[in-house]
Amino acid sequence: MSDTKVPLVELRDIRVSFGGLHAVDGVTLTLNPGEVVALVGGNGAGKSTLMHTLAGAHPADSGQILVNGEPVTIATPRDARAQGIEVIYQKLALAENIDAAGNLFLGRELRTRTGALDDSAMASATRDVLKRLNPRFKNLNTPVKSLSGGQRQSVAIARAVHFNAKILIMDEPTAALGPAETAQVRELIEQLKSEGIGIFLISHDIHDVFDLADRISVMMQGRLVATVEKSKVTKDEVLAMIIMGQRPGGAN
Amino acid sequence: MNDSQTSEQHANDSGVLNRFRAFIASTEIDTRFAGMVIALVVIWTAFHILSGGDFLTSRNLWNLSVQSASIAVMATGMVLIIVSRNIDLSVGSLLGFLGYVMAMVQTRWIPDAFGFEHWYIWIVALIVGIALGAALGAVQGSIIAYGGVPAFIVTLGGFLVWRGLIFRMGEQGQTLSPLDGTFQLIGGGPKGSLGEWRSWVLGLLGCIGAIASIYFNRKRRRKYDLAVRPLPIDIGLAVFGCVVIILGIALIAVGYESPITGAPTGVAYPVVILIAITIGMVYLSRRRRFGRYVYAIGGNPEAAELGGINTRRTVMGTFVLMGVLCAVSAAIQTARLNSAVTNLGVQNELDVISAAVIGGTSFAGGIGTISGAVLGAVIMQSLRSGMVLLRIDSPSQDIVVGVVLVSAVAIDAALRQGKRRTAGIALAVGLVVAALIIQTGRQ
Repeated sequence: MSDTKVPLVELRDIRVSFGGLHAVDGVTLTLNPGEVVALVGGNGAGKSTLMHTLAGAHPADSGQILVNGEPVTIATPRDARAQGIEVIYQKLALAENIDAAGNLFLGRELRTRTGALDDSAMASATRDVLKRLNPRFKNLNTPVKSLSGGQRQSVAIARAVHFNAKILIMDEPTAALGPAETAQVRELIEQLKSEGIGIFLISHDIHDVFDLADRISVMMQGRLVATVEKSKVTKDEVLAMIIMGQRPGGAN
Repeated sequence: MNDSQTSEQHANDSGVLNRFRAFIASTEIDTRFAGMVIALVVIWTAFHILSGGDFLTSRNLWNLSVQSASIAVMATGMVLIIVSRNIDLSVGSLLGFLGYVMAMVQTRWIPDAFGFEHWYIWIVALIVGIALGAALGAVQGSIIAYGGVPAFIVTLGGFLVWRGLIFRMGEQGQTLSPLDGTFQLIGGGPKGSLGEWRSWVLGLLGCIGAIASIYFNRKRRRKYDLAVRPLPIDIGLAVFGCVVIILGIALIAVGYESPITGAPTGVAYPVVILIAITIGMVYLSRRRRFGRYVYAIGGNPEAAELGGINTRRTVMGTFVLMGVLCAVSAAIQTARLNSAVTNLGVQNELDVISAAVIGGTSFAGGIGTISGAVLGAVIMQSLRSGMVLLRIDSPSQDIVVGVVLVSAVAIDAALRQGKRRTAGIALAVGLVVAALIIQTGRQ
């Protein structure tokens, strides 16, 4: 996390508006390898919209995105994936009627020489990656509808792991989970971090943020209030930033 | 073809029942599909008894297979449309229009320019019909997918427009007849079937296909060290499949002797077309990316979009496919009538949607199988044909089909939510009402 290194991701002066509303209004952020940057703020602060921009789900009106120092164009989810960006969404973004393998490879299916879906190869790869993440995972052939919240989150995370994500966006990854499953996801985040993956973490849970993040970026009404080192602030200071947009003394 | 949509298991019963369930699950047999087969068997048996032994005859079943074909062909496409959370109300009108255009090609356009009975007339007519079907499907599909107009509205418009165009083109609603001799064969009839030995070849191919698909599925799963079905179950399924195919050919196709020639008719061409289309559509829906995307869109449109799927192109594709299938059905129906009439395909949209829905397709999206829809079409046609046999008047037939449609969906919905009592009530009410109507509607 030294300043001399090239950041993994750099968002420069990103702007997104819906009609007359400036959902994201000139935000600049960086993310380094092996770092977790938490993105916090009230509802409508613009954090999800900003991340959608990076994920290709909603292109920015202006601004620049750099990956490893290179300017890149991200207009579709496919572009984002090509840059090693994977997203784990709050609402899980899984097709409930399709099994774990089908979801893991959704949009990137393995195919046989004749162009048919190679279900066996996909099932096998899914089993292997899920074994690493969640050894108790068994129901490979059932639609994900019948899985528990934690198991579904495993599928979503497995997708990121299998495709060797370099940059991970997690939108409320623990919102739908119970305590044990939350602990599991936290463990996973630590593991991914140690592998050098950079993670943007969107969260409402201030405890999650303080446990997992290295830096905290606070947004309010589409603008960045400040980015602070976790070690230099208290929870109360962060809450004050979220609620009133008040910068603490030590922030840049 | 085991379209497995395994329903959720409720593990609150005794051990024996659980073990039985585990056994059923290990066979990967689609329980919903099995339920429909049982329903069909019950319907057939009931009509057979009520009609004093007239229903389960080669002649009746052969006719049933031909009558089911055109609706079943369209139902395979309707499944994909409903699965992706859309609807197509225009299929009946589109079928009528395409049938009329194909008849125009044969009776007016080509004969006026080049004379009658050229060998290529039926091919040109078919190609024109299919190309036009694809094009009109693409028009509707693009307005829905790219224009953002709800499918219900677009196809309601199509329902009116295509029907209206028949009258504009048909010089005050004239009937076009007779059609090209070769084209007529598409509709079945005494000459429009495979004959005895070709039917047996088809049956043999069917057996080989069934065994090969089970074998290769096993081999593939072994290769990746995935769980395979127990060998006896696989062998049992293969034997069962072959027996059903051979019996079907022997009893229905070859067993029916043509009233004109006196020779065994064999499998009718419309049924051959239906079989080919069903296999193609099952392959497309289960083994190709297009099919996977259709189901993903139906299951969670947002997830599909975020997965990088071109959802608009996929939705448009389902409507293009539907247009092509309408053209095929239009060829079957006009060929069978040996003419094109202005009311061709009227109310077909309702039959097609009913077949898909009785076959287990859910309007909530994401759920439905091709083979289920084909079976749904056969169930619908069995009801109709059985009631005709019992001399039940046409309005009463409509009432029964309506009651069956609603109770079938009610049973399905209740079973999905694990409410077995509600399902039982829906079944009982449906049966009692249908029986009452049938009993009082007999003439």
